[in-house]
Amino acid sequence: MLGRLNFDALHHGTVEMVGIASMFGGLILAVTALTYFKRWKWLWRVWLTSTDPKKIGVMYIATALFMLLRGAVDAGMMRTQQAISVGDSTGFLNPDQFQQVFSAHGTIMIFFAAMGLMFGLINWIVPLQIGARDVAFPFLNATSFWLFFMGAMLVNTSLVVGEFSAAGWLAYPPLSELAYSPSVGVDYWIWALQIAGVGSLLAGINFLVTILRMRRLGMTLMKMPMFCWSVLGTTTLIIFAFPILTATLAMLALDRSFGMHFFTSYYGGNPMMYVNLIWAWGHPEVYILILPAFGVFSEVVATFSRKRLFGYTSMVWAIWAIVFLSFIVWLHHFFTMGAGANVNAFFGVMTMAIAVPTGVKVFNWLFTMYRGRIRFTTPMLWFLGFVATFTIGGMAGVLMAVPPADFQLHNSLFLVAHFHTMIIGGVVFGYFAGLTYWFPKIFGFKLNERLGRYAFWCWLVGFLLAFIPLYILGFMGATRRLDHYDASLGWQQLFIVAGVGVAIIGLGLFFQVLQLIVSIKDRHKNLDKTGDPWDGRTLEWSTASPPPVYNFASLSAVDDRDAFWAMKRARVKPAIKYEAIEIAKNTSLPIIIGALAFTFGFGFVWHMYWLVALSFAALITVIAWRASDDATEYTVPASEVKRIELAGGNTA
Amino acid sequence: MNDETLNSKTVFGFWVYLMTDCILFATLFATFAVLRHSTYGGPSGQEIFSLPLVLAMTLILLTSSFSAGVGLLAARRGEGRQALAWFGLTFLLGAAFLTLEIREFVHLTAEGHSWRASAFLSSFFTLVGTHGAHISSGLIWMAVLVPRSVQRGLGSVDLRRLTCLTLFWHFLDVVWIFIFTVVYLMGVLS
Amino acid sequence: MKKDKLVFRLLIVLDVLLLLALLAYGKHVDFNLQVLNPKGQIADKERTLMLEAALLMLIVVVPVYLMTAYIAFKYRAGNQRAKYSPDLDGNRKLEITWWAIPGVIITILAVITFKSSHDLDPFKKISSPVKPITIEVVALDWKWLFIYPEQNVASVNFVEFPVNTPVNFEITADAPMNSFWIPQLGGQIYAMSGMATELSLIANRAGDYYGSSANISGRGFAAMKFTARATDRPGFEQWLAYAKQSELKLDTGAYKQLARQSTISQPVYYSSAQKGLFNQVLTKFYPFAEVGHEGGH
Repeated sequence: MLGRLNFDALHHGTVEMVGIASMFGGLILAVTALTYFKRWKWLWRVWLTSTDPKKIGVMYIATALFMLLRGAVDAGMMRTQQAISVGDSTGFLNPDQFQQVFSAHGTIMIFFAAMGLMFGLINWIVPLQIGARDVAFPFLNATSFWLFFMGAMLVNTSLVVGEFSAAGWLAYPPLSELAYSPSVGVDYWIWALQIAGVGSLLAGINFLVTILRMRRLGMTLMKMPMFCWSVLGTTTLIIFAFPILTATLAMLALDRSFGMHFFTSYYGGNPMMYVNLIWAWGHPEVYILILPAFGVFSEVVATFSRKRLFGYTSMVWAIWAIVFLSFIVWLHHFFTMGAGANVNAFFGVMTMAIAVPTGVKVFNWLFTMYRGRIRFTTPMLWFLGFVATFTIGGMAGVLMAVPPADFQLHNSLFLVAHFHTMIIGGVVFGYFAGLTYWFPKIFGFKLNERLGRYAFWCWLVGFLLAFIPLYILGFMGATRRLDHYDASLGWQQLFIVAGVGVAIIGLGLFFQVLQLIVSIKDRHKNLDKTGDPWDGRTLEWSTASPPPVYNFASLSAVDDRDAFWAMKRARVKPAIKYEAIEIAKNTSLPIIIGALAFTFGFGFVWHMYWLVALSFAALITVIAWRASDDATEYTVPASEVKRIELAGGNTA
Repeated sequence: MNDETLNSKTVFGFWVYLMTDCILFATLFATFAVLRHSTYGGPSGQEIFSLPLVLAMTLILLTSSFSAGVGLLAARRGEGRQALAWFGLTFLLGAAFLTLEIREFVHLTAEGHSWRASAFLSSFFTLVGTHGAHISSGLIWMAVLVPRSVQRGLGSVDLRRLTCLTLFWHFLDVVWIFIFTVVYLMGVLS
Repeated sequence: MKKDKLVFRLLIVLDVLLLLALLAYGKHVDFNLQVLNPKGQIADKERTLMLEAALLMLIVVVPVYLMTAYIAFKYRAGNQRAKYSPDLDGNRKLEITWWAIPGVIITILAVITFKSSHDLDPFKKISSPVKPITIEVVALDWKWLFIYPEQNVASVNFVEFPVNTPVNFEITADAPMNSFWIPQLGGQIYAMSGMATELSLIANRAGDYYGSSANISGRGFAAMKFTARATDRPGFEQWLAYAKQSELKLDTGAYKQLARQSTISQPVYYSSAQKGLFNQVLTKFYPFAEVGHEGGH
């Protein structure tokens, strides 16, 4: 009945117990607050059953920030362990715990923190920027979020019931096969990612169709904001890459749960095939993460330089060059697997080639600033921090793109420093810029600028202190994922400096949390009354902050790139005709689908196949039910639209 | 949102989904291609595939694709009973296809050539089985959607759904052609 | 603004202090940047490659930093004297420049890449008048086994060979994927079960070199380190004689014992190794097929 689940699954070491206690502490706090303030109905009605991308975006971001904190704690633990586990000392984590920590760290940061922030911003901004009222498939959008959320919950559940994978964030076989990882850890990893991955794939389809089919009249593709172009590139990547992940995870699951032999050491399995497949997904994945961050920078730099984006057409070409190239570079993740000189060289050259369009983008941003009037607000600081750090990481990347050089750097801390530079300097700084830039639009009040700046400086300085030592350690022959090393190697000092760096990043996170608290406390003093706090250029700034549920009362045609800027300059206020607007209804089915996906995955992990079958049958039923439902929208009458608008709605 | 818009967005979105399904199958095909000789001392395709059976399955599925197409045309003309008949035929043919496939699987397993025996067999059962799972989903979808659509008068919303279903069915037919060629034909001839 | 400047300056001071502390401490510690301190021809060529690539990229990177600082400073909103062109959104010449120049640099790097990928192909044997020595390597959980087929000895977590002699490593695993790496002698290659990879290295200086596995293989991964010692010919013969005195023999039984999951704190030596043991380990994963040698030729 309970498969392989028994009370041993609840046996944990001290470190895990602290983590579990913190999580439960937070949960109890949240439940108490909701009960005390009598907000359960509100939570259900306004948030959990919503199909509004503005609400879904906030939920994505909230989940992502929570997972970012969890991943950051993992990072803190790793740095501490590596700073003290030298010679006779073995630190405070045993090898198994350490390996679970870094596996969780990577998995959480990529799949839940970065992807979550990305989808949050995309949900919020894309419909508004293209002048639409919703996404193409609102129900699917909500379902995507709940699948993402449940994937995250599976990872968190593994901390309490059972354990997580110790095979790294990509779980290479043979290590991830039953022979070497018999316990539930890898299964949790598989199903968390499989469920979240399906959510991502569906979201990719959704936003592709949204951008291609729901732009405002007059907004041709070449008049679209650059952020939307970058999202189009990302959704294209998602559509081609995520099915590979789905199939590969499924094959690993089939190996582990049904005795198949895709990637086992015996019976003819081929672990190298897994490495190829997982990176055929994995490389596009990192471009999926970075492109919208580039899109954010395009918006931020133009707005805060008070100038049009330089080289629009070139920027569009650069995005598509990056999209195309990102599919033919995957082998650079395993030059050392022995593919031979010609194959290695080809992939190496393709990898270097990506530096060209990326560089083009940086130059175009710089020349957007050229002859502008630059305001150094927090979003702009994040951009400058990006330029300072990403360039170094890019250099390191091109260095490793030369296969024989990579032979000396692969899987060393140099590699770890490189990809963290790209992800933190590029993705994280980009999404932080986006969050601080669009926060007033999302929540209706501005963030405290000073605390934002403190947070930025801590992140920048902390990042440099944490990762420059790692570049050096790589040259000193240090590999990644070591829970212990000899004193004679002379590595400890640098690990200590890196630990200090991470502590400073932690201070940065503290300032961000403080910024949120202070800004919420002071919100009435910092209300965004005009909807356009930065003197923005694109359509989202033409709505109230936050916008009404239907975004725009009228869908009048646009004529220009930087549509809102053009409207402001023309000082034209188009005549508004109030009409009835149809909006997707709230529905509890997406969260139910998410919950069923969770039980499906949980059942698979613990070999409770009756639960798997039941969840599957229920899923089919729910989907069939929904597919037969025709009353999925409600109408906001014209009089109500007029009332909302006159009470302080749009400015255009 | 009027029905015109709904139609074009939904069908377009469904096409995009079919593309992703295509990539999913491509991944399984690529894996099969790499593992097709890893028989671990067990049988190769030549020894276990029956071309006559597979030919029969192919003809059945091709015919079902034709009947689904005719059924959709009938639905578009508003001819409920004809649509029901043609889709009914499609359903029976699909069920027959599935039955033959399951019988092949059961037969192989009983002889000891299950998916646990070698990498080749794992990838064979998974690739062909995934196609079979898609066919099963299609059949369930057909059984739920078609009678109801006919009963409700084949309005534009239901026509949109029938279009997606038929597209799905044709897509599975195309995938089967590849399976027939790459797995069975090339497996037997190599 | 004043508070900002204060915090900013405090952070800068903190960093400078830390850096000074590091430098001071560093004087007492041997910062052996192994990858940049090659002791063998292969590692030396690989280092040269890195420097070439880095220099080529600085052609683009330095201007980017300079331009960023200059533009950010000159066109700050407070500087009313700077020219403001809000609609300046393109320049064909500039676009061509920054597509073309990086393109040219990448093309140069591409040529370097092709040449060096062939020259430093791990499967390519080092050409030398000295007769090479073959050493078979088996990655185990969680130790490295070295078999000397020509000298008929074996060792665990320790490998010795003469200076200025090409060493042809043949590598496999009886464990999850590992990666065989001696940073001061040359780059790494994966050790995979059922497959034999090759790595050709040469030590041009005598010394003890750090070796490790660069791919996680389970709980005992951190113990996957070994010492690679390069000595002169007499020294090498001496070591062989020492190994031959060991009471341990690496036969099938001893191998099975060794292959079990465990870590070893001190190197172990075997006075003889069963003939064909490496091949046995290699082929046991594919008993019905021909063994595939990994690496395209």
